[in-house]
Amino acid sequence: MTWTSLNAWAAAPEIFLLVAVSVILLIDLFITDAKRHFTYLLTLVALAVTACLLVNSLAQPSQLAFSGMFVADPIAGVAKIGMVLGVALVLIYGRTYAESRGIYKGELFSLTLFALLGMMVMSSSLNFVTLYVGLELLSLSLYALVGLRRDNVHATEAAMKYFILGALASGMLLYGMSMVYGGTHSLDLLIIAQRIMSGEVNHLLVIFGLVFIVTGIGFKLGAVPFHMWVPDVYEGAPTPIAQLIGSAPKIAAFAFVIRILAQGLEAYVQDWRYMLVLMAVLSLAVGNLSAIAQTNIKRMFAYSTISHMGFLLLGILVGTPVGYAAAFFYAVTYMLTTAAGFGVVMLLSREGFEADRIEDFKGLNQRSPWFALMMLFVMFSMAGIPVFIGFFAKLAVLEAVVNMGLTWLAIYGVLMSVIGAFYYLRVVKVMYFDDAEDKSPLVAGIDTRVVLSLNCLLLILIGLAPDRLLYVISAAVAHSLLPA
Amino acid sequence: MTGNLLSLTIWLPILAGVVVLATGGDDKAPAARWLALIGALLGFAVSIPLYTGFDTYNGGMQFTEFKPWIATFNINYALGVDGLSVWFVILNSFTTLMVVLAGWQVIEKRVAQYMAAFLIMSGLINGAFAAQDAILFYVFFEAMLIPMYLIIGIWGGPNRVYASIKFFLYTLLGSLLTLVAFIYLYGQTQGSFAIADFARVPLTMTAQTLLLIAFFFAFAVKVPMWPVHTWLPDAHVEAPTGGSMVLAAITLKLGAYGFLRFALPILPDACREYAWVFVLFSLIAVVYIGMVALVQTDMKKLVAYSSISHMGFVTLGFFMFAGGTQLNQFAVEGAIVQMISHGFVSAAMFFCIGVMYDRVHSRKIADYGGVVNKMPIFAAFMMLFAMANSGLPATSGFVGEFFVVLGAIQVNFWFAFFAATTLVFGAAYTLWMYKRVIFGDVANHHVAELKDVNKRELLILVVLAVTVLGMGLYPKMFTDLMHQSVNDLIWHVSQSKLPTPQLPQ
Repeated sequence: MTWTSLNAWAAAPEIFLLVAVSVILLIDLFITDAKRHFTYLLTLVALAVTACLLVNSLAQPSQLAFSGMFVADPIAGVAKIGMVLGVALVLIYGRTYAESRGIYKGELFSLTLFALLGMMVMSSSLNFVTLYVGLELLSLSLYALVGLRRDNVHATEAAMKYFILGALASGMLLYGMSMVYGGTHSLDLLIIAQRIMSGEVNHLLVIFGLVFIVTGIGFKLGAVPFHMWVPDVYEGAPTPIAQLIGSAPKIAAFAFVIRILAQGLEAYVQDWRYMLVLMAVLSLAVGNLSAIAQTNIKRMFAYSTISHMGFLLLGILVGTPVGYAAAFFYAVTYMLTTAAGFGVVMLLSREGFEADRIEDFKGLNQRSPWFALMMLFVMFSMAGIPVFIGFFAKLAVLEAVVNMGLTWLAIYGVLMSVIGAFYYLRVVKVMYFDDAEDKSPLVAGIDTRVVLSLNCLLLILIGLAPDRLLYVISAAVAHSLLPA
Repeated sequence: MTGNLLSLTIWLPILAGVVVLATGGDDKAPAARWLALIGALLGFAVSIPLYTGFDTYNGGMQFTEFKPWIATFNINYALGVDGLSVWFVILNSFTTLMVVLAGWQVIEKRVAQYMAAFLIMSGLINGAFAAQDAILFYVFFEAMLIPMYLIIGIWGGPNRVYASIKFFLYTLLGSLLTLVAFIYLYGQTQGSFAIADFARVPLTMTAQTLLLIAFFFAFAVKVPMWPVHTWLPDAHVEAPTGGSMVLAAITLKLGAYGFLRFALPILPDACREYAWVFVLFSLIAVVYIGMVALVQTDMKKLVAYSSISHMGFVTLGFFMFAGGTQLNQFAVEGAIVQMISHGFVSAAMFFCIGVMYDRVHSRKIADYGGVVNKMPIFAAFMMLFAMANSGLPATSGFVGEFFVVLGAIQVNFWFAFFAATTLVFGAAYTLWMYKRVIFGDVANHHVAELKDVNKRELLILVVLAVTVLGMGLYPKMFTDLMHQSVNDLIWHVSQSKLPTPQLPQ
């Protein structure tokens, strides 16, 4: 390996983040609980610098590093900026919550950053090994984070479930990857694609491997029928961790799917498309129908995530850059929306009170008209009502699906979102139409309030002018997938 | 100034709504009310030049505006009004003014939010009428569900939660199917969401039929046509007076407008082919719903059913194809006039019921009787509106119905025959209700304590009465503006859009 093929500068944001996590981990050892805010600030600074490095890298052309195992292309760049933002939101919204739950420790910050690092590696990998390493770094950090409140029964149960099912999924994925390796004699996705095109592969073996890989992806996305862990983990995990699981990793999972299916196994699009159709159809139905029955808002978010992943899959299964761009846009906007949703849940919770039942939102309009309005934005954005960004995400996906000639799928999708609208409306109903029982004032830092408000306002502001973001994302997809 | 007139009619009320919202709690309610009144007045004021500056010889779009909005999908911020839509922008701005006045003292809790919701909705509705891009239309069309949902749910009656969610989901279902239809058309036009391009693109009969089904779901629910009307009585009964006024006067018109703007020009062949379905549903609405209205015991429900019946007249007028090919001009113009007239009359009827409800807190007909003894001025005005609702000549209600019947009789005698029964049913249910509520001896101590209308209420009644009479006596003012556009529409719809078959070489 020469220095040119190493090209480590392309991975500068990851390298910086790794160094930063290690430093923060060390510094935190010498910090008492009372001064933990210092770690918090350091973490935010590390995230900010990473984001700057990423923005800087966007301006440069795509480049390979580590002998083609790692790629810094626009898809990865945009995805990573989204993830950094998502993780920053988790820490900001979760600060007060974590303090009052006794999980405001150094581990919270280092594990969160490691999870972020894993996601970043995942979205930049062009090789099965790096993909898997990134995925495992993410997953292991998340398992530990879910179980951070180790004396809490629900949290440990959720961590256990998550770990076992996650490990099973990783096993499936690894098994599938090994079969593809057997069929193509390569771990490098670009070489795999080349070999498939030239026909020097064992098709049966690759397709067999593909099935296992799609299963693994299904688990990680939380798509039906591999969704069983989602509601339990969302409910059991501390709310900031649930937010973490529900937001940034969805972008990482999207990038992961793009790397494997669109860049590595694109030639098998006819084979994987209908697997994804099946998962999307089931996810939309199960997610939306089960969400109606929930009384716990975190479980409701869990089922709503499942249904949103169904929509995301609709975009991916189109199998064209337009479809990928639509799915990418969906993932980014979903990250913003779901982060805001959890942010409001944490805003309402306080020491000894989780605010995770839907009825805890009763009369929020009387307690805090401003944040009731913000939650209203979140709910209508999730339901896909214009002029919130959720609508444009759905529009982009539906446009791709209809142009592919899969109109029936689009009709199915919109029918399911009518069902979905019901449970989002119910939250609005509880906030606006019911009287408040709990009149205690909201406790939250000024940072949380300001950032949360900005986050929610973004949902409508991007909705009023979605073109910029749409353009950035479509351009990123086009530049990364079409050879220059 | 005229360059951005339509944008002003949209964004001025929305901006005013945001400002009103910012006044906050009920301790600043007077400020919220005055600000809302100023916003509504300004909104109405900027809609006036649409009438005065309208070129009646031009059937195309006027006051157009065009800015790229979402270049990725070629979605543009394209606005414009023609003779079909210009009146509705004005009517909407007018109704908002009435609603703000109607809620002046009646609404006591969350005043700022109430006023803001109506102002924002007013802007959104203007946007839907002015949009010349399908997605822009859709955005306005659907965004307006949010304020309406809140209005019914927060300030509504006892069963408001059920009514508001039913209203929302019913309309959402229809409009989402239309969204898919728009996206399909976007593919057919090679990447344009402009409504004018939709109207030009050739479509096969199968495609047209499927698209018509999608449009039917969106617009028929909104009108509402029988058999998808069931949300309306619930929504009307539970909504506060202002909500009912806007719902009846404006949002129902959007459904009918959707047929005019989308279904007829984009799918002329399917509309011709399946006109009988629309005629059948409309006649059922006129006759059957008219009978249903007759047996109601709740005044608001009665007027709600009468709205469905009157809107049946409108959809009937739109689908009067003479000889199966050409739309009848009388019928179409009559239907549009009927839409405007119904906007005034139904708003007035709901306001009258609201006036009584505010005093007695009951909508049951049985709880009233002899109101005229205590509220003579009010009773006189309500008499006028009741007469207009039943289509008495010299009121606005007569003009539209007469035109539609006139058009229908040129197409088919029996259509006209059944349509004309509305004059009987309408008179029966409205006047019978009026008799039971207003005439007779004072029924109970609630009625005995009634006080006649105050100055604010009188102002609203006078303004509405003037418009209802004015429109009845001089309908030319309204038909003049729409004449040319209706002619263009009729010509357009008479042209087939089926792709020309390729002859084998």
